[in-house]
Amino acid sequence: MAQVLVFIDNPGASLKKSSLELLTLARSLGESTVALNGELADGVAATFAEYGVAGILRPSVQDLDDFLVAPKAAYVAAAAETAGAAIVLLDNSPEGKEIAARVGIRLNAGVITDVVAVDPDGTAHKSVLAGSYNTACKASTAVSVLTLKANNVTPEPAAAPTTPGTATVEVPAVAAAARITERQQKVASGRPDLTDARIVVAGGRGMDGDFGPVEELADALGAAVGASRAATDAGWISHDAQVGQTGKTVSPQLYISAGISGAIQQKAGMQTSKVIVAVNKDAESPVFEIADFGIIGDVFDVLPQAAAEIKKRKG
Amino acid sequence: MKIVVLVKHVPDAQFDRHLNGDGNTVDRDESILSELDEYALEAALQLAEARGGSKAGNQVIALSMGPAGAVNAVKKSLQMGATEGVHLTDDALAGSDAAATSLALAAAVRHLGDVDLVITGMASTDGETSLVPAQLAERLGLPQVTFASTLQVDGGRLTARRDADTSSETVEAPLPAVVSVTDQINEPRYPNFKGIIAAKRKSITTLSLADIGVEPAQVGFAGSWTSVTNAEQRPPRTAGTIITDEGDAGIKLVDFLAAQKLL
Ligand SMILES: Cc1cc2nc3c(=O)[nH]c(=O)nc-3n(C[C@H](O)[C@H](O)[C@H](O)COP(=O)(O)OP(=O)(O)OC[C@H]3O[C@@H](n4cnc5c(N)ncnc54)[C@H](O)[C@@H]3O)c2cc1C
Repeated sequence: MAQVLVFIDNPGASLKKSSLELLTLARSLGESTVALNGELADGVAATFAEYGVAGILRPSVQDLDDFLVAPKAAYVAAAAETAGAAIVLLDNSPEGKEIAARVGIRLNAGVITDVVAVDPDGTAHKSVLAGSYNTACKASTAVSVLTLKANNVTPEPAAAPTTPGTATVEVPAVAAAARITERQQKVASGRPDLTDARIVVAGGRGMDGDFGPVEELADALGAAVGASRAATDAGWISHDAQVGQTGKTVSPQLYISAGISGAIQQKAGMQTSKVIVAVNKDAESPVFEIADFGIIGDVFDVLPQAAAEIKKRKG
Repeated sequence: MKIVVLVKHVPDAQFDRHLNGDGNTVDRDESILSELDEYALEAALQLAEARGGSKAGNQVIALSMGPAGAVNAVKKSLQMGATEGVHLTDDALAGSDAAATSLALAAAVRHLGDVDLVITGMASTDGETSLVPAQLAERLGLPQVTFASTLQVDGGRLTARRDADTSSETVEAPLPAVVSVTDQINEPRYPNFKGIIAAKRKSITTLSLADIGVEPAQVGFAGSWTSVTNAEQRPPRTAGTIITDEGDAGIKLVDFLAAQKLL
């Protein structure tokens, strides 16, 4: 059976849904080992067992978080060698992709990012050119390194739980790495993560400085809040809410675009959403070309009315 | 200071973009200097200018790898203010994946001698993987500072800010280093008339694989570690129902969501 290594970075008290997706995919491809960085909480250890993990590897050093990417990549590559992995799976966050990049060089392994599905033979599926093509890609190397986009696998525990053993991996010294000298934690919003939310309500310049109606509708729907670059540049909402070419790529079940014109760079981040709803005053806005349901109207009328109606129906 | 900026010639994202049948590579007619690389170039120019510009010996070298047309990305960089241009071009490079690209670029950077900084955009607007800056740093054995939204160099050290999902970070690294910058870092300048005239007098060096000591088999389709085995164009999205608000559009929106089982 193929050996699959899954990198999980600082899970904290419980595993994120995207980590459960990685573990579920790994099990469909072979026998899975986790390369963990950070504390191993009891609950997390129990989840590893439930998800059929065969072994847990931990780094020999505790300061991986103090540096940018290079030492983590050295650790993951060493862990892959220890596990004899043919496939290395990571999440598709910017850091996940960069670790994957360097692991690829260290292991002479092909790297494929933005993966949405993997066939048993290792062929990975992804979409390219801002969602305009679906492609199948394969690494020709002995090891392949894949980063999986969230929301594409349904997390499922194994038929029978395992009792994974743990082992330590010696982290090779890295010649030169940037040091993180200061870190400011951001306050959590309590809403779902933008990249793996089932529903996203996004606001643009049309919100005119007031994201209240976007947040209210998002909360009625249990959705994440997104934004166009015009809205983040104006400082109405934090930069990590930006959806688009230079922000996040999302493909939720439902994307509600409110007061956003639908410039090509914004579309690049959301046009693989299952259903797109647009609310915009201007009938000529390009977003209407791709909306499944478009409303020519004022966001300050339509959004609050919809939020109130949802609350009424949900009772 | 000697700064190399990586500039890529990419299909203009304002238009429909296509993959070619042969090996599913990106069709590169109608290409431009990648918008995201303009931020890298601007960052390099600002660092050089703060140190007295080219008169004080600061070099900003625009390096592009790509087919004949890619020289246009180098030319635009010279118009914006880069002091020199380098175009790495060789038929054997066609079809290179990120690993092969980073191998060729690393060899080209080494060929340019002692470099203090390599600056890149945060991603190419065609492949969009962000793999190359990290792979280049790994191959060159240099510190990597990616997604910088600010960048300062003081003596032999650089300081940058990065904005991650759950935190903002300040990072420090000794030079030389590889840096990728986001579109938050600056406002790229437009080439002005003076810049366009001055660019005509600047030299562009053309390099082949032989010049940088790379074998053809290490790059291109032959040297790539991944390949695209199939590509299908997604049907473009089409417009659905569009209504004009007559005072009840919010309710109609909820009816639509209910019908789609999205509530
Ligand atoms: C290199 C580069 C990268 C970029 N990356 C991104 C990216 O990642 N994401 C991104 O979003 N953009 C990105 N952009 C910017 C992009 O080109 C657009 O400028 C931006 O998306 C516009 O945001 P907007 O639609 O909110 O604003 P606008 O284009 O100003 O549109 C506002 C819309 O709101 C409507 N409106 C106004 N008032 C109301 C109201 N009361 N009710 C209803 N509708 C109203 C208007 O009719 C208009 O259509 C990038 C640009 C560049 C050059």
